[in-house]
Amino acid sequence: MFAQHEAAGAKFVDFAGWDMPIHYGSQLEEHHAVRQGAGMFDVSHMTPVDVRGDGATAWLRHLLANDVAKLKTPGKALYSCMLTEQGTVIDDLICYRMRDDWYRIVVNAGTTAKDVAWMQQQAPAGVSVEPRHELCILAVQGPEAVAKAAPLLGEAGAAAAALKPFNAAAAGDWFVGRTGYTGEDGFEIIGPAQAIQILWDGLLQAGVRPCGLGARDTLRLEAGMNLYGQDMDETVTPLASGLSWTVSFDDAERDFIGRAALQAQRDAGDLPRFVGVLLEGRGVLRAHMAVQTAHGEGELTSGGFSPTMARSIGLARIPAGDADTMDVIIRGKPVPARIVNPPFVRLGKVRVPGLDATT
Amino acid sequence: MSDIPQDLKFAESHEWVREEGGGLVTVGISDHAQEALGDLVYVEVPDVGAAVTVGDACAVVESVKAASDVYSPVDGEVVAVNEALADAPELINSEPYGEGWIMQVRLADANALDDLLDAEGYANAIADE
Repeated sequence: MFAQHEAAGAKFVDFAGWDMPIHYGSQLEEHHAVRQGAGMFDVSHMTPVDVRGDGATAWLRHLLANDVAKLKTPGKALYSCMLTEQGTVIDDLICYRMRDDWYRIVVNAGTTAKDVAWMQQQAPAGVSVEPRHELCILAVQGPEAVAKAAPLLGEAGAAAAALKPFNAAAAGDWFVGRTGYTGEDGFEIIGPAQAIQILWDGLLQAGVRPCGLGARDTLRLEAGMNLYGQDMDETVTPLASGLSWTVSFDDAERDFIGRAALQAQRDAGDLPRFVGVLLEGRGVLRAHMAVQTAHGEGELTSGGFSPTMARSIGLARIPAGDADTMDVIIRGKPVPARIVNPPFVRLGKVRVPGLDATT
Repeated sequence: MSDIPQDLKFAESHEWVREEGGGLVTVGISDHAQEALGDLVYVEVPDVGAAVTVGDACAVVESVKAASDVYSPVDGEVVAVNEALADAPELINSEPYGEGWIMQVRLADANALDDLLDAEGYANAIADE
């Protein structure tokens, strides 16, 4: 799709070995297009991985920290971490249950090789793990995304338009999930390269704005969504990364990889907090900045500028305690910031108390 | 192609200098620099009265992507800063050589501009990047 991105004015950066569009002129305008209309992201660097076989359900209940048994109906999706035995995060992923013997999992670009190696090493006889490198992924996001994309999806169009959030349907060439990484409504569409290229051109004509990795990052940060490699990685557990809600301890019999380590961490108490940060003073928060709370030092794991709020926001890992403010050390100087609960922005609305009346 | 006005001097670190007469110069960042940075969202200007030294960081421009230092292209004293950038950092994107100026400096040595690049020299410098 390189030629199409170039035609749309893309500026490229290297990302996990892929030439990826960072923006197509203005990252801010792309961000606003997704909050107010519709934007599209070529995220073909991410990899669909198909898990097939009669033992797929039982095995995925062991492999993933969240419980695929929650997926009662075909097409339902689940966000989960895949953990090491030590409970640290190998990757975060979306798992769609299409049939009892077919799950489709979408993993991150930079982690694909190790994810697939880990999965193939863990998989029992009768369960296959197949990365689908030949497939492309287009995310179409924003309040107008569904209305603009569904008519272009041929035989999958009607099913796509009828999807509930966090559900997927497969028909013909298309695999369509009503999922995303922006905090807005929309689709993530998986298909063969040529079909995705035709879809891209159709969406362009329908007024859907091409968006780069830059806007993808500011949108996910406003939506309070973690970024693998930044907010969590193989050195931390989901319990220390704001992802406790994705770890299912409900079924005491379920022996998922990392469970014992997470239970030990939970029993020991004193887990760090993972919080949203709103800068009160001047400047821009950036990942890895040090922060000071009443209970000790922490670190920003993500930081940036929120185009929707015109304020700087971030995510931080800080010591346990009841602090509701912190100082962020920006170029050697402490700058006051407020601790808030993510998301900052969801479905076009600011969700931060005190700022929510401004839009 | 980025815009490189003929009447300005440039540093290789992408700052421009305009002579205003009477030992005063205006300083900003080039069109090439603003384009590479992307949408600017925050600018930290120096204090009026601060001494600036060639090659030392004197301001910070932050885009949606990252923070970048602005290095002083001259030695001297800051006599004015562009207060409008506090509320409208995007002026550097829209008018890098006009309303997006960063600071005015009274030169310590009026001949110091001889070491800077002219428009052609700067065009060659960024062509090599």
